[in-house]
Amino acid sequence: MTTFLPLLATESPVAVPGIFEIVWIVPAIMAASFVAILLFSKRLSIPAHWIGIPAIMASFLFALAIAGNWIAYVGDVADSHDSGGEALAFVDGDPELAAASADDEHGKSIGVSCLTDDANHADDGHSDEESLAPAALGFVEEGEAPHVSPCPVVTQVTWFENGGSAASGGSDIQVGTMVDGQSVMLLVVVTFISMLVHIFSTDYVAGDRRYTHYFAFLSLFTASMLFFVLSSSTLQMIVGWELVGVCSFALIGHWWEDKPNSDAALKAFLTNRVGDIGLLIGMIILYFAAGRTFDIRAINEAAVTGAISQNTLMVAALCLLAAVMSKSGQFILHTWLPDAMAGPTPVSALIHAATMVVAGVYLIGRLYPVFYVGFDIEGSTINPLALVGGITCVGGGMLAFVQRDIKKVLAYSTVSQLGYMVLALGVGAYTAGMFHLFTHAIFKACLFLGAGSVSHACHHSFDMKADMGGLKQYMPKTFWTFVIASGALAGIPPLAGFWSKDEILVGAGVWPGTGGNGTYYLPFLFGMLTAAMTAAYMTRVIWLTFFGRYRGHAHPHESGNRITVPLIILAVGAVFAGFLNVPKVLPVLGSRIGLWFEEMVEPAGIATFPVIDHGKPSFSLAIVATLLALGAATLVYVYYKRLYAKDAMATDYTDSFVAKNRFIRAGHTLLVEKYYLDHLYTGTIAGSTKGWMAQAAYWFNQNVLDGFIDRVGSGTTATGRFIYKYIDQGAIDGAVNGSGLGASQSGEILRKVQSGRVRQYASLMFGAATVLAAVFIIAV
Amino acid sequence: MFLNQFLFLAAILFCIGVYGVLTRKNGVLVLMSIELILNAVNINLVAFGSFNQDIAGQVFALFIIAVAAAEVGVGLAIVLLIYRNRRSIDVSEADLLQG
Amino acid sequence: MENAFLQDWGITLMVFVPLVGAVIMMLLPSEQEENHKTIALGTSLITAAIGFWLVIDFYNLGSETWSDLHYVVDRNWIDIVNARYLVGIDGISAPLIALTLLVVPLVIIYSWNHIPEPGNAKAFLILILVLHTGMLGSFVAQDLVLFFVFFEVVLLPMYFMIGVWGGENRLYAAIKFFLFTLFGSALMLVSFLALYWVTGSTTFSMEGLAQEVASRDIGSQTQWLIFGGMFMGFGIKVPMFPFHTWLPDAHTQAPTQGSVILAAVLLKLGTYGFVRIALPILPDAAIDWAPIIGGLAVAGIIYGALGCLAQTDMKRLIAFSSVAHMGYVMLGIATMTDFGINAAIFGMVAHGLITGMLFFIAGSVKERYHTLEIKRLGGLLVQAPHLGWILGFCVMASLGLPGLAGFWGEFPAILAAYEPAAGINQTLFRVYMVIAAIGTVLAAAYLLWLLQRTAFGTPSEEFEDDPHIHDVVLTEWIAWIPLLILIVLFGFVPGIIFNLTDPAVSAFLPGGTP
Repeated sequence: MTTFLPLLATESPVAVPGIFEIVWIVPAIMAASFVAILLFSKRLSIPAHWIGIPAIMASFLFALAIAGNWIAYVGDVADSHDSGGEALAFVDGDPELAAASADDEHGKSIGVSCLTDDANHADDGHSDEESLAPAALGFVEEGEAPHVSPCPVVTQVTWFENGGSAASGGSDIQVGTMVDGQSVMLLVVVTFISMLVHIFSTDYVAGDRRYTHYFAFLSLFTASMLFFVLSSSTLQMIVGWELVGVCSFALIGHWWEDKPNSDAALKAFLTNRVGDIGLLIGMIILYFAAGRTFDIRAINEAAVTGAISQNTLMVAALCLLAAVMSKSGQFILHTWLPDAMAGPTPVSALIHAATMVVAGVYLIGRLYPVFYVGFDIEGSTINPLALVGGITCVGGGMLAFVQRDIKKVLAYSTVSQLGYMVLALGVGAYTAGMFHLFTHAIFKACLFLGAGSVSHACHHSFDMKADMGGLKQYMPKTFWTFVIASGALAGIPPLAGFWSKDEILVGAGVWPGTGGNGTYYLPFLFGMLTAAMTAAYMTRVIWLTFFGRYRGHAHPHESGNRITVPLIILAVGAVFAGFLNVPKVLPVLGSRIGLWFEEMVEPAGIATFPVIDHGKPSFSLAIVATLLALGAATLVYVYYKRLYAKDAMATDYTDSFVAKNRFIRAGHTLLVEKYYLDHLYTGTIAGSTKGWMAQAAYWFNQNVLDGFIDRVGSGTTATGRFIYKYIDQGAIDGAVNGSGLGASQSGEILRKVQSGRVRQYASLMFGAATVLAAVFIIAV
Repeated sequence: MFLNQFLFLAAILFCIGVYGVLTRKNGVLVLMSIELILNAVNINLVAFGSFNQDIAGQVFALFIIAVAAAEVGVGLAIVLLIYRNRRSIDVSEADLLQG
Repeated sequence: MENAFLQDWGITLMVFVPLVGAVIMMLLPSEQEENHKTIALGTSLITAAIGFWLVIDFYNLGSETWSDLHYVVDRNWIDIVNARYLVGIDGISAPLIALTLLVVPLVIIYSWNHIPEPGNAKAFLILILVLHTGMLGSFVAQDLVLFFVFFEVVLLPMYFMIGVWGGENRLYAAIKFFLFTLFGSALMLVSFLALYWVTGSTTFSMEGLAQEVASRDIGSQTQWLIFGGMFMGFGIKVPMFPFHTWLPDAHTQAPTQGSVILAAVLLKLGTYGFVRIALPILPDAAIDWAPIIGGLAVAGIIYGALGCLAQTDMKRLIAFSSVAHMGYVMLGIATMTDFGINAAIFGMVAHGLITGMLFFIAGSVKERYHTLEIKRLGGLLVQAPHLGWILGFCVMASLGLPGLAGFWGEFPAILAAYEPAAGINQTLFRVYMVIAAIGTVLAAAYLLWLLQRTAFGTPSEEFEDDPHIHDVVLTEWIAWIPLLILIVLFGFVPGIIFNLTDPAVSAFLPGGTP
């Protein structure tokens, strides 16, 4: 049952920029860079970054060009709709249409279908560009400005056929690129952060024993991530998803000589594999539910139009949620992410903070209708997505308080912020989630690179309590960029994090006057709590690292330009990125660039995306949340200030209530032990699988199955022996021996005949022949 | 009638051959006698072949000629070896087959 | 159109050239090792040239005709039992033939400086060439008796290879291998004969028998039993749980070359038998058997993986992983859908490439360290970086990483299990699907564990300064690079195989896609 409203404009659709069809070049450049580094870097002794950095710069420029074209294209499509809008008219008499709109309970329409007739193009097997600028929206809710986004621009080729080509009733499995707001946004983010990380790395990992491999894998990672981001089919997403996983594995285990590093790499990979069960099954369910297709547009449209039952969608969404939990570090599969900090710091910045770990969030966004409809996000008060996100952002935030390692704090902070994004998507605030992804990538990359810069100065230690403190005076650039990024993370206005976090809180729809898709009390509560906690633990990090007195034994110094320049660029981003999506109601800026990001990224008026409500921003909420964050930060600041006054070298109150109170101590231990999840996974689950389960299976193999076979073998041998001994040797051979004895005796007699003279034999023979002839003659 | 003459001839040749094999002590003469026996058989084969209008008889005869040639070769070699070892080719003295 | 020369002679030449080479080698004295190696390699290359010419010519015929048999040669052979010399190639056999043609020359190249104890290159290489004929013959035979003969021809050289050039426990392994397989093929032969008598057929040709079965009303009980016989024959060869116990022993004891051929090609004879013979001839019985096959397949997946986790020997671990991987292939076959069987064939090729590679690596590790005990190894990446990276790559491929060949054997098989062919219990297969998906985690676990223990870390004191330990040598590079390239190529362009097999698979499935 389709409920498309087939209102098409009469004028020609907006031309799709040709550059969208060659966007595959971006990942291709990086893949080529990977191959080139592997093959030539060592052999021709070209430093790896001479290949990697030009490649990533080219990719970045290309991504910018794509983004520019996309921005223009969105504008064109919107304009064409505005001018074409009047030409449209409702076909009142059409009963099907009337039924369609009547069916729609919420009175919302489903936009223009983005699917063209695939069968027409399938047989040529080559680039069949399917791009159609939508010209119209079915109907528009009163009072809302008509905003129509372009359909995703898909360019794909046939990967392989199954059951014959599509033309002959089978299905073509396609591979290709999909350009829309979401993918363009991530395209820019990935190439941008990756470029800065490349530059940063030339200094940071200089002199590493595997410098070449490091850059090769950076390239491969970027290529895989872009491949994933640009996927046009779910199958392709699986491929990209796992490829980024393996790059993450290789880079976490970069220093694999030490077992903890390779353990961490294994843990990351295996945890992700657990989630991948959900990914595989979820994608399989969607493949069949959407009518045997991996096409993301087709799946989304089927979900939006109700072609797939809500139950099926819910099961699929739950399966996919498992994948999201593992990749995006959501509770309870987050444990690999902090361990992943065993990798080089720039890798942590690029992969385990800014890009790869948001793949899960990206996945939700990509298949948003599946989650939106499947979890019934609209109008409910809680759903698995919001719950998982909420628990993660609080649980991760709490763990950040007890870490000594600066990177671990940032890792748990990442977990927490990823929870925020999932929460946002869970409460139906799509744009808020994506926007937070965007801003978070920038300021978290800045924080990680900052931590790298700090450790670079402190003999590669990350221990805040033992080796840092008072670094403010030694490395001012690092300090200021770190503080700005922390402020952005904590949501201090007007830095980037404030705007995105505010939108998420608005989206929960609890604060009076915000509206939104539902009323998510619990997630809202979690969100507010996290806002406060984030500010608090970041203050702790800044104090322990930059304030107080230096506690280490190195000679800290400011890092070189190749490290500080990326930091400064990112810090500038952390200040200004938030303005891309300020509310319309904001004075001065609001009317000019208000909700620009939303317009560019969030699809509207097309059938591949559900119609979602946007909450109305609230000044009171913003003020309360900000005060909460500032209050928490101040509290922590005062705490450490007083400690410093007491003992300049101390990092903890020895006689604080944490040390005294039994319950709080138990809570502290619980946090230090990371909720005992690692014990459960490593000790209980992995241990028993590798331990008694494997041993039992092998015992079964050796003793039961093989034992059976061996028993059959030895039984057969025993039977054989019995037969040989008693039947063969006893009975049969007895007879034979008896006859042998008789033969030898008769032989004694006949022996004499054997004279050895040939002539005697001959005469005997001829004689015998004569006798025989005589017998024949007489007898016959 | 036609056939009989050949069979008689063959029988006579055969008997001469057998006689030679049994009585002669000289190894070479024994071999020649064997040759006579074989030729007797050849005559029989050819005779029966032409009598039955069947080419197979002649084919077998040709075979036997070839085999006979080989046999004589081997036989002479054996005789030569016996001569070398014993300075005699009296076959009645050779009783190695007694084992 | 088929090339006229290939039409008449292509297949026959391809199959019997290795035998000619073997005969020539028999005439030469065994001291001339270099000559033997050259002749063996030359023979296998000539075979490969003819074979690839065939395959490429076949490819050029166009996808519409890939479902039909081509280059068919049909001659009288043993009239008294109506067995004919009937050979041909279609989309199902083409990839496997290509795999065989590729692997054997590489194995011979690898043998150049890796002739296992007790030496005697002549006999060793002759055995490989005889194997070559047997394997190619099995893949082209379209007559059950002919197939059976080739199927058995393979057995003896392998027996000698394990029994003569094997490890310490070689006799036990060789006899176990021989008896197991012989037992299976005896039942298989009974099934073939039963099929012949029950249908009252006047031919042993596969196509003919399939038509006979379809046109006659044969009791489902009878069909079930006949299929059971074939199931035993092919299932043991695959090997399916619980008939797999010969495999770890055979693999562990066999020389490297033997393991590679065993893993890369021999195991595929079993699954190929299912796809080529059992399913097309007895489709109804296959549907009845599907839950059992599927169940044993997923049992094998989990069981093989757990078995791997318990191993202390690298080669034995790889051998056990074959049980798990062939489980995916069998799961794909059990679904009786185009997706599943395409995946199964892809899985066969992928497993052949990847596990073959892993055995090569195990052999090279053994040559350097004189042990394969995982506990004693470590730091391979330090001592032999290229070897270590190749091991890492193959481990990734083996655990089914998308973008490499292994994935396309696993994922579509799991996918197909979601919706098996009509008449097969859907709920049951969905349970199988989930179990198979869990198997992918275990696969990652044991393979990465292997990688961590052998390649990562630092070398143990025992081997720290061992001068024997060197990086990959030239013959190894030559033997491995084609395999490595193909693993990547098939990973990114799976259509090369899928498109080839798809028409042939769709053609024999009952009612096509359900």
